[in-house]
Amino acid sequence: MSEGSSGRAIVVEGLTKSFGDVRALRGIDLSVPRGTVLGVLGPNGAGKTTAVRILTTLLRPDGGRATVEGYDVVRDDAAVRRVIGLSGQSAAIQEELTGKENLELIGRLYHLTWPDARSRAAELLEQFDLVNAADRPAKTYSGGMQRRLDLAASLVGRPKVLFLDEPTTGLDPRGRIGMWDVIRTLAAGGTTILLTTQYLDEADELADTIVVFDHGQVIAQGTAEDLKGRIGGDIIEFVVPDRTRIEDAAAAIKPIGEGEPHVDTETGSVSIGVGGRGSDALIEAVRALDAAETVTHGLALRRPSLDDVFLALTGHAAEEDGQPGGKRRGRRGRPAPATDSKGKTS
Amino acid sequence: MTAVAVLEAAPSLSTQARWATIDTLTIARRNLIVWYRVPAYIFFSVVQPVIFVLLFRFVFGGAIPVKGTTYVQYLLPGIIGQTAAFASFGTAIALAQELQKGVIDRLRSMPMARSAVLTGRLVADTVRMLITILIIVAVGYAVGFRFTNGVLPALWMILLATVFGIAICCIAAFTGLAIGDEESVQSFGLVWLFPLTFVSSAFVPISTMPGWLQAFANNQPVTHVINAMRALALGHLPVQANMLKSIAWLAGIFIVFIPLSVRAYKRAA
Repeated sequence: MSEGSSGRAIVVEGLTKSFGDVRALRGIDLSVPRGTVLGVLGPNGAGKTTAVRILTTLLRPDGGRATVEGYDVVRDDAAVRRVIGLSGQSAAIQEELTGKENLELIGRLYHLTWPDARSRAAELLEQFDLVNAADRPAKTYSGGMQRRLDLAASLVGRPKVLFLDEPTTGLDPRGRIGMWDVIRTLAAGGTTILLTTQYLDEADELADTIVVFDHGQVIAQGTAEDLKGRIGGDIIEFVVPDRTRIEDAAAAIKPIGEGEPHVDTETGSVSIGVGGRGSDALIEAVRALDAAETVTHGLALRRPSLDDVFLALTGHAAEEDGQPGGKRRGRRGRPAPATDSKGKTS
Repeated sequence: MTAVAVLEAAPSLSTQARWATIDTLTIARRNLIVWYRVPAYIFFSVVQPVIFVLLFRFVFGGAIPVKGTTYVQYLLPGIIGQTAAFASFGTAIALAQELQKGVIDRLRSMPMARSAVLTGRLVADTVRMLITILIIVAVGYAVGFRFTNGVLPALWMILLATVFGIAICCIAAFTGLAIGDEESVQSFGLVWLFPLTFVSSAFVPISTMPGWLQAFANNQPVTHVINAMRALALGHLPVQANMLKSIAWLAGIFIVFIPLSVRAYKRAA
């Protein structure tokens, strides 16, 4: 875009919000340049949704301030609503209406005339590859189609800033890839996007800049490469099929790496950072494991993923205290407590 | 490309009022389309009340003695009142669903009148209720009911039933938004609506109930409203006292539950 579009689309300073005793946001700062994609990464309960709800004027902050396109989200909330689009964690569409009717309805609520609402709906159905399903009730759509329709609905008013709260949660891999394509196209068109996600690969794929939320705070920010750099080098990882030998394997590998090996007793995987020593460390690892007489599978040297970054930053894996399923959590944007025991397995 | 410009400047007050009205009608239209397309909703708002009329007219009715009139005459105003009250289930459930699915979030993040979600819901539910009432009157006529007090009082009766239904919808809107979970809302609706409608003068004369129950039945709004409706429909009963009590109750419900619903709606974010 032109020079005139320089500047910040979203500015957040010291934002706080509590729900009773739960401190959902403990002083968040964000700054999103126009036309860029910010990925907000964090487990359930980290405060991602609360931040989105404040920025989209659905929730009032307790402290701090936030502006979207220069409008204060509390004082100029009506103005903020004229420049944003929101697509939430579930498809907020009317299932009994057809895709076309859904979009026309939203167009009417943006105070477009009927002809304008119709042509805008037609444009979006085309853009989101829903033309063939346009006259079917949305309840007959697949999960991916419903999400695309929901995203299309958030674009009816041509927002300058788009908020996507976990846009692919609950979608199958195919639906996810389709959604990624759509988001990339929007970003390429110059829309500023704030995207929350629990999926590290998603942030890596889509975001120009990533901020990592944990327990209501920003614990890291930078590009995906910056964050990976924090791990400081490569990682050796392998699986021990015999779980009783997993601690022996970890002990054998420890002198080779830097710091403590990370052991996942559930999957039987062991990983350890080895700095810049790369293949030398790999050879040493093979010898050490052989000497310890442990059988391993898939021993490999790899570049760190954002999962490793998250582990290094927080001491816990990104999804371990969340529910990976697509169900919308506490409806008031209240973060799910870490002990939330709905018995959900992925 | 369509020329679509969403104005960023704040609109004037009269424009805002016009938009609020348009938004209300847009939401109401959507709600009515949804209602029309879901067979279960049609069943609950049309078939179920008709079944009630037939059940009480032909099955229970013979065993219920009423003074001064036939049971079908006694029954119809009662069933209309009960149906108007039960229409509120739809209000509560729909709002809870929209909250759960994030539809309300979507609408609240848009530059539309925020009040339209509630007002549009009430307008649609009023239309739905009126349709139901007219169907019951028609079925009533088929099974022997007659308005015996003239056309104008009959219209007043329908108006009273409708306003009563809207009042109950306001209570239901509050419960739907405050509870926010479809199934809980439904169960809770049964807990307060069943006693309120059945322990009233809707289906049986209160004098047939045990004394402790009469104390409740004689002093609750459904009884006053249905007595007033019955007097308007049939003509030979005292109307004024019941009408005044009804108006007082309905005004009280609106004064308490409109602000509560609006607050619950704002907080639902």
